[in-house]
Amino acid sequence: MLEAYLNLFVKAVFVENIALAFFLGMCTFLAISKRISTAFGLGVAVIAVQTLTVPINNLVYNYLLKEDALLWLGLEGVDLTFVGLISYIGVIAASVQILEMFLDKYVPSLYNALGIFLPLITVNCAILGGSLFMVERDYDFGESVVYGLGSGIGWALAIVALAGIREKMRYSDVPLGLRGLGITFMTVGLMAMAFMAFSGIQL
Amino acid sequence: MGKARETLLGPVLDDNPIALQILGICSALAVTSKMETAVTMCLAVIFVLVFSNGAISLIRNYMPSSIRMIMQMTVIASLVIIVDQFLRAYAFDISKQLSVFVGLIITNCIVMGRAEAFAMKNTVGTSMLDGLGNALGYSLILLVVGVLRELFGSGNLFGQELLSLNTEGGWYVPNGLMLLPPSAFFIIGGFIWLLRSFKTEQIEQEA
Repeated sequence: MLEAYLNLFVKAVFVENIALAFFLGMCTFLAISKRISTAFGLGVAVIAVQTLTVPINNLVYNYLLKEDALLWLGLEGVDLTFVGLISYIGVIAASVQILEMFLDKYVPSLYNALGIFLPLITVNCAILGGSLFMVERDYDFGESVVYGLGSGIGWALAIVALAGIREKMRYSDVPLGLRGLGITFMTVGLMAMAFMAFSGIQL
Repeated sequence: MGKARETLLGPVLDDNPIALQILGICSALAVTSKMETAVTMCLAVIFVLVFSNGAISLIRNYMPSSIRMIMQMTVIASLVIIVDQFLRAYAFDISKQLSVFVGLIITNCIVMGRAEAFAMKNTVGTSMLDGLGNALGYSLILLVVGVLRELFGSGNLFGQELLSLNTEGGWYVPNGLMLLPPSAFFIIGGFIWLLRSFKTEQIEQEA
């Protein structure tokens, strides 16, 4: 049991890294990776939101949307999977909002550190992608917690690593046309290749 | 007429959403290893972007600004659900291959970004043109990457053999890297380099 969870965790962090193997959350990944400190703040926020929303969406899917999921209400043969997308994004937007209010009231220091990143996370594809992968792969509740945490950490790891490289890159002489976005794409490509070395790891 | 033309064609090369605005990269990369999926994805994005821009522009004067994000999101999500259901009904194989990436059009920053930046301030007609223009800019990159990856990665285009592979007695040794995810980054990086060599005003200054 524990072994299966550990396997899933390692897979979510390294082998199927949500940023470098599935390209999710790329917009923020490329735009907010100029400095390590901001990248780290965003990474932490993504871990928190991901760990929260994937399990919640798992419950929403299993007890509200799936075919015959409404049996506990006495409704038979109801299949609401087609409203899935809109419900997941609603759950994500709502939990981000709640998390924001909660942090504002009880952990103001963290709230100030995360700043504008929290609302941005609603439109981060990595978050919605995590929920969609969870549904597609049919994870149960325990697995969805592990997967949420793992994929969040994987994304944070990738963005901090990229920010580190970009900080160093400021001292290098990049061809004019490649400066900024172009060279960042190349760097991410190389990082993705490096992460492919993890593929095939089984615990 | 000149303005409409600019709205439509501007985003294709001058202000490309992927190459310059860093928008919508998320879903752009994973679906380009084959032309079939790339083209489907382009059509889906064109449909969603045109109609979401139109719809949001239509109701822009009735939206309280405090809940505009949620309302934009609902409009976009509904359109994406239509696309998703349509693909499932009529092109199930492609829908399976695209897996979660159809759903991810919702969080494609191009759609949200254009709704927020353009459709909220302009009339329905120009907003739809802007949507079409940006979707075409997005499609251009997707198709270029798709052609390069499928042609050099597996010697095919749309599943039709163009370069005969050495495994089947032909002359072409396929470049396996092209089928792997990282190649998309190199191709887009190269594309940006090419674009900026011709349009030098797009070069980023050192921060």
